[in-house]
Amino acid sequence: MSQKSFGSLFEANKTESDDTDTQTTEVDLVETETEAEIPTESSSESSTETTEEKINPLQGTHYSIGIDLGTTHCVLSYVDISDPENEEIVQEVLQIPQLSAPGVIEDKPQLPSFLYQAHESELPEGESVLPWTAEPEYLVGEIARKLGEKTPMRLVSSAKSWLCHAGVDCKSPILPSDAPEEVDQVSPFQASAAYLEHLCSAWNKQHPNAPISEQEITLTVPASFDPAARELTAEAARSVGLKNAILLEEPQAALYSWIEKSEGDWRNHANIGDIILVIDVGGGTTDLSLIAVTEEQGNLGLTRIAVGDHILLGGDNMDLALAYTLKAKIEKEGKRLAPWQIQALTHACRSAKETILSDEAADNIAIVVPNRGSSLIGGTLRTELTRDEVDSVLLQGFLPSIESNEHPVMNSRTALRTKGLPYAQDAAITRHLAAFLTRQVNAVNDIEGVNLAENASFIHPSAVLFNGGVLKAPRFASRLMDVLNEWLATENAPEARLLTGLDLDLAVARGAAYYGYVRQGKGVRIKGGTAASYYVGVESSMPAVPGMAPEVQALCLAPFGMEEGSNEELPNDEFGLIVGEPVRFRFFGSKTRREDTVGTRLEYWEDDELEELDEIEITLAEENRTIGEIVSVHLSSAVTETGTLELQAISNQDDTHWKIEFDVRSSED
Amino acid sequence: MNNTQFNIDLELIPSTFDAIHAYLAATVFGLALTVIILLFALLMGMMRRAKENKQTKPSDNKEQAISTSIPKREPQVKIVEKIVEVEKIVEIEKIIQAPAPEPIILKESTPDAALQLLTLLQSEARFIDFIKEDMAAHSDADIGAAARVMLTGCSKTINQYFNVSPVRSEEEGSQITLAAGFNASEVRLTGNIVGEAPFKGTLIHKGWKVTDVKLPKLTEDHQAEIIATAEVEL
Repeated sequence: MSQKSFGSLFEANKTESDDTDTQTTEVDLVETETEAEIPTESSSESSTETTEEKINPLQGTHYSIGIDLGTTHCVLSYVDISDPENEEIVQEVLQIPQLSAPGVIEDKPQLPSFLYQAHESELPEGESVLPWTAEPEYLVGEIARKLGEKTPMRLVSSAKSWLCHAGVDCKSPILPSDAPEEVDQVSPFQASAAYLEHLCSAWNKQHPNAPISEQEITLTVPASFDPAARELTAEAARSVGLKNAILLEEPQAALYSWIEKSEGDWRNHANIGDIILVIDVGGGTTDLSLIAVTEEQGNLGLTRIAVGDHILLGGDNMDLALAYTLKAKIEKEGKRLAPWQIQALTHACRSAKETILSDEAADNIAIVVPNRGSSLIGGTLRTELTRDEVDSVLLQGFLPSIESNEHPVMNSRTALRTKGLPYAQDAAITRHLAAFLTRQVNAVNDIEGVNLAENASFIHPSAVLFNGGVLKAPRFASRLMDVLNEWLATENAPEARLLTGLDLDLAVARGAAYYGYVRQGKGVRIKGGTAASYYVGVESSMPAVPGMAPEVQALCLAPFGMEEGSNEELPNDEFGLIVGEPVRFRFFGSKTRREDTVGTRLEYWEDDELEELDEIEITLAEENRTIGEIVSVHLSSAVTETGTLELQAISNQDDTHWKIEFDVRSSED
Repeated sequence: MNNTQFNIDLELIPSTFDAIHAYLAATVFGLALTVIILLFALLMGMMRRAKENKQTKPSDNKEQAISTSIPKREPQVKIVEKIVEVEKIVEIEKIIQAPAPEPIILKESTPDAALQLLTLLQSEARFIDFIKEDMAAHSDADIGAAARVMLTGCSKTINQYFNVSPVRSEEEGSQITLAAGFNASEVRLTGNIVGEAPFKGTLIHKGWKVTDVKLPKLTEDHQAEIIATAEVEL
């Protein structure tokens, strides 16, 4: 393990040293491999496929593939990068064959991120065939979503949100969470791997000469994913054979897609000193990021300066909110609704919401829930969704017009851990946004060329980029812009402008594919590194006070903005670890403390400064040592090329490395 | 009765050769000779004809040889015609077609695609449910509510699986001109059809054409006849 990571660090350092000009770095790499084969690199396009693979496994790949492993949908986009001379980018989105009903296979650009554990007598034999396998291990995609609508207890959904859920072991079979014993449960990790597996098979079926395991893969994750969730995602990719996969934050991917779509024109829409706010409201999550436009040797550079929290709030909440509004309305008339009717109501609300939010003229939309039986006319349930209801439920409920100092309402929930996901308590996206901008008011302090007015109480974005299906609705988008501009106006800041031109459903995957192209040294690359600084909790040495837990100090392991491929060591802080016994550390992250360097010890911090993450665990393996022996170690941290954080304990006597695990999560503490 | 002159005694053998017997013998001999000559002549004649047959076989086919010479002449006339028209390639084709017109093949649509469309319309739009309803038993308001379900579903299905676009982009009711050689399967003329193209007329219906069909694929064992499964809730 240690050897492998060492290798990647070495390689990474090399690229980092030449970060400003990646192209030269790559040429260097080629030269070191075999000099004789360099001429073939510039030879005709047709020969590149075979010859390149010999030159360099990194460059020999043919496509840059971007995979958006979303909470509700997965998308795969790709760019042909086999010709290094080619400046023109042709982006394509993979049509993913999937079962849409038993025995029916449809090609769709999106693969719904659902997994269904069918009962053995539920599907006739041979009806779950896919183009690449006669018997898929799991039912995923459209068919899972459809079957799950009627049998929710066998449906696995939102596996991605579970990955970032503290307090559960993401590798233990826990989904579907309310399944009866008879149903085989899967882990969130397995479910994510199953979606990836489906995408890989679909790709390999359509590109038999370019197996996906040999391509450049970029996998997107929410900017707010903690190190453990990132590691799990990377591991899921490795488990299906995607060894080259690297991680990219979704809001960054959206910005890349915008850059790619503008075909070079983006430089006319972005100025030095701009702060771009990326708001990504997807089906299940809301993700916020700030990216500053800086000057870099006379060119425009981009630096991601802050990311928001993991907010489980999205379009699905809105549909549900509308459905429950209508349910209340119908029940007022004295009718009772069955669960399936609420389900159908939610469905009908989704399309009605889209119509009413995109069409200024549509005022009232009739909602009809037909009978489940074959008689369609008699048993229909009829109601109406009015513009006022949409306004009050969606705009007032999710995007209220508030002051910039109003922050999400947190009811102190009971300390009991529930089985479900930690959904956002406050549904108001604007309040989450206000809190984020206020927290990050110091985000540009160290960024040259980007200045903030002195009296600013929150960071002033000068441009906004929207992403995610929800913001396709013009009235949502304009409402969000209005609220933001009101805040800016009260502080006499210029209005933020909206950056347009994204395909909000596919942008993340497209941006990810484009990122693979950018990594070859073409186009601008967003800098950023880690979006938080990380700390381990260390007990301070002081006399024990009965009834009081010992004070904890936070020791900074990895600073804010640590770049991929860099590593840090803490030689001055020694720990004695017992061989063979698992040792656990408390683990913290901070999205605001930018000034802390490696080795900084914090004795005191504000509640909202440091966020406690899941504990990390280290077990010293016995290798040449006896159980019970105490070994003096120091800690080190590294950000791998993949984009995951790697913590290690290094022996002070010899150079043995032990990996510190994130993903040991358990609910019993 | 015993000693009559004309009594025939079959046991009596003549002992002398009289004139009557000599005459009889001569007659028998003469007749036999005639028969032999006739038979011989007949045999010779048949042999000669058989020889003639053998000579004609290799050059012509059997049937023609057996039949009269009239049908033999007909192909010869045709060959002359063909030689005359060799220069006009197109007309040769016509002539080749003309004597043996191709059998008219009517396209038989496979039921699978039709059944598949019904399945899609049923699952998205409850199409079969709707048309199987007894309209007379319900009020217009109820039918309207159900029709809304059906129509939104139908339009969703059709738009998803077919790319439908108008044949003519002009506004209905406007005057349009059809140049000579317009596609008659795209545009149908009605009313006062006289004269030569270009035709001027009013666009009554803009027409629809499907530019793309993206029906889902079916697995080998899929039973297309089941357009809606029965549903049993446990």
